[in-house]
Amino acid sequence: MLKALQLEPEKCTGCLQCEMACSYENEAVFNPSKSRIKVFNFHDEGRFAPYTCSQCSEAWCMHACPVEAIVINQQTGAKEVIEDVCVGCKVCTIACPFGTGNYNSDSGKVIKCDLCGGDPACATACPTGAITYVDADHTGLARMKAHAGQSIPKN
Amino acid sequence: MKHIVVGAGPAGVVAAETLRKLQASADVTLIGDEPEAPYSRMALPYYLVKQIAEEGTHLRKGADHFAKHGITVKQDRVSAINRAQKQVSLASGEVLAYDKLLLATGSRPVAPPIPGMDLPGIFSCWTLADARNIAARAKPGAKVLLMGAGFIGCIILEALAQSGAELTVVEMEGRMVPRMMNDTAGNMIKDWCESRGVKVHTSTRVTGITKGTAHPLSAALSTGQQLEVDLIVSATGVRPNIGFLQGTGLETGQGILINRHMQTNDPNIFAAGDVAEGRDFSTGESSVQAIQPTATEHAQLAARNMVGQQGAIHRGSVNMNVLDTLGLISSSFGLWMGKPGGDSAELLNRDRFRYLNLQFDGEVLVGATSLGMTQHVGVLRGLIQTKTRLGKWKDRLLEDPTRLMEAYLGSTQAVGFNAALLK
Ligand SMILES: Cc1cc2nc3c(=O)[nH]c(=O)nc-3n(C[C@H](O)[C@H](O)[C@H](O)COP(=O)(O)OP(=O)(O)OC[C@H]3O[C@@H](n4cnc5c(N)ncnc54)[C@H](O)[C@@H]3O)c2cc1C
Ligand code: SF4
Repeated sequence: MLKALQLEPEKCTGCLQCEMACSYENEAVFNPSKSRIKVFNFHDEGRFAPYTCSQCSEAWCMHACPVEAIVINQQTGAKEVIEDVCVGCKVCTIACPFGTGNYNSDSGKVIKCDLCGGDPACATACPTGAITYVDADHTGLARMKAHAGQSIPKN
Repeated sequence: MKHIVVGAGPAGVVAAETLRKLQASADVTLIGDEPEAPYSRMALPYYLVKQIAEEGTHLRKGADHFAKHGITVKQDRVSAINRAQKQVSLASGEVLAYDKLLLATGSRPVAPPIPGMDLPGIFSCWTLADARNIAARAKPGAKVLLMGAGFIGCIILEALAQSGAELTVVEMEGRMVPRMMNDTAGNMIKDWCESRGVKVHTSTRVTGITKGTAHPLSAALSTGQQLEVDLIVSATGVRPNIGFLQGTGLETGQGILINRHMQTNDPNIFAAGDVAEGRDFSTGESSVQAIQPTATEHAQLAARNMVGQQGAIHRGSVNMNVLDTLGLISSSFGLWMGKPGGDSAELLNRDRFRYLNLQFDGEVLVGATSLGMTQHVGVLRGLIQTKTRLGKWKDRLLEDPTRLMEAYLGSTQAVGFNAALLK
């Protein structure tokens, strides 16, 4: 059974534990600017929204990559960037209509969520349950995907 | 079912693989005329600066990739198409029959109409063979002239400058990347490049090339200046490879004309990628976009239509580019130049080389230009392609375009099933 990250903005308090955990897990530094999950702050509403790649089935990034540097992890379903193969052309960052692949100018490569190989550090770190790693047929997740899916037509 | 795909660039390779995935029993043959494993032109700049070896440019890794997927690859040139017999003739003399044929023959560089272009030491940067030639000559300290600062020119600029060459760029138009960037952005890119040691002459033409005295080549500029160099790289535009279609009756404009099923005027012949004149999402008109994301989008749709998926209709590709000129990252999307009667939001910080320009048609984002932005750039495409109504976020963006991500999340619900709370 594939699992996926479920994001529930209304539970998020903006503590940024997820960003810290992500950057530490993936870049070995506590630096939210290196995180693959981002918490957005809606000042006017006093709300927060965690946001990262939904590992969408269209995989715009993967199809646009000119050198096959983005591949599907068969265990987790995540679309992963193979750092050694990535040339840093950034085409995937404009191809992803959700804006979840970002260029890292320090490494000259692109970084995106890879579900930490099946044990996402953000979900473990989140103290409020705003980020959970759930079975892909979980009802809430299905609704979330339906919303994401309606945004871009499949063809 | 026999599918033949002509052209082994990204469009051809993606189409062949999609055909294989959709029809396990079909014959899929991929014919490309370059003497290389299928590779990506886009990767050439990284080969030039030795960031990758030749294999790094290959579209698929592993010598047996295509065989493993049951795709027959032929290194040959399609010289003629016989539509009545449903056959293609190859340069080697072989004749192959098809049920469905995909033309993904890409484009080729156009040399500027000036004397001296046939002298040794002048190259396009279009093929792996070109890149080998340039790599052997663009040594540290070599004097190099780059003709053309369009999108492709600017990509090569980065590689040439990085390889340590002493670089001069000549562009006919009044700014850099004129077909991707407005005056503000194009000129900021010029300032940036010049501050990093590249000489850029805009509104200038090379009028002729002769043999030099101190260096092998001498270029005459429209300013009257004479420039002696070791190497000239020409990036003055490309044109679709449609010459071999003469006499076939297939309709062409600038490229091969296709309908929203990626089909030519022959229902058994399809076209995709740089050679195809397909639908532009923003204008609804047909155009040759000549970019990688469009090539692969075309290819997937063409393959689905070749196996008869009637629902696979092309809604149009968003024209978009991302460029890195010596560390300054820029991008543009859709109607970046704006729409008559539309309005725009702009944020400019010349000193920090930051720029964001958003173009609206009513409540909908229709185009964008950015400089110095690397985070979440893709949402610009997302907002344009979904025609998302921005509602109150439009006014907030007019005030402060950097609130782009908030506007995106607040108006798309892409974050989660409770995101409506944010509206
Ligand atoms: C240096 C460089 C950098 C680039 N960078 C970017 C970038 O950053 N972003 C971006 O979006 N795009 C970029 N591009 C453009 C991108 O590479 C093209 O849009 C893409 O290659 C188009 O793919 P295609 O498959 O349609 O055509 P091509 O890649 O041109 O492949 C077509 C193939 O068909 C072959 N062919 C032609 N005629 C025949 C025939 N009669 N028989 C058999 N074979 C034939 C050709 O030789 C060629 O190998 C770049 C291009 C270059 C040169
Ligand atoms: S930046 Fe890397 S992963 Fe993204 S498209 Fe380019 S090569 Fe592929």
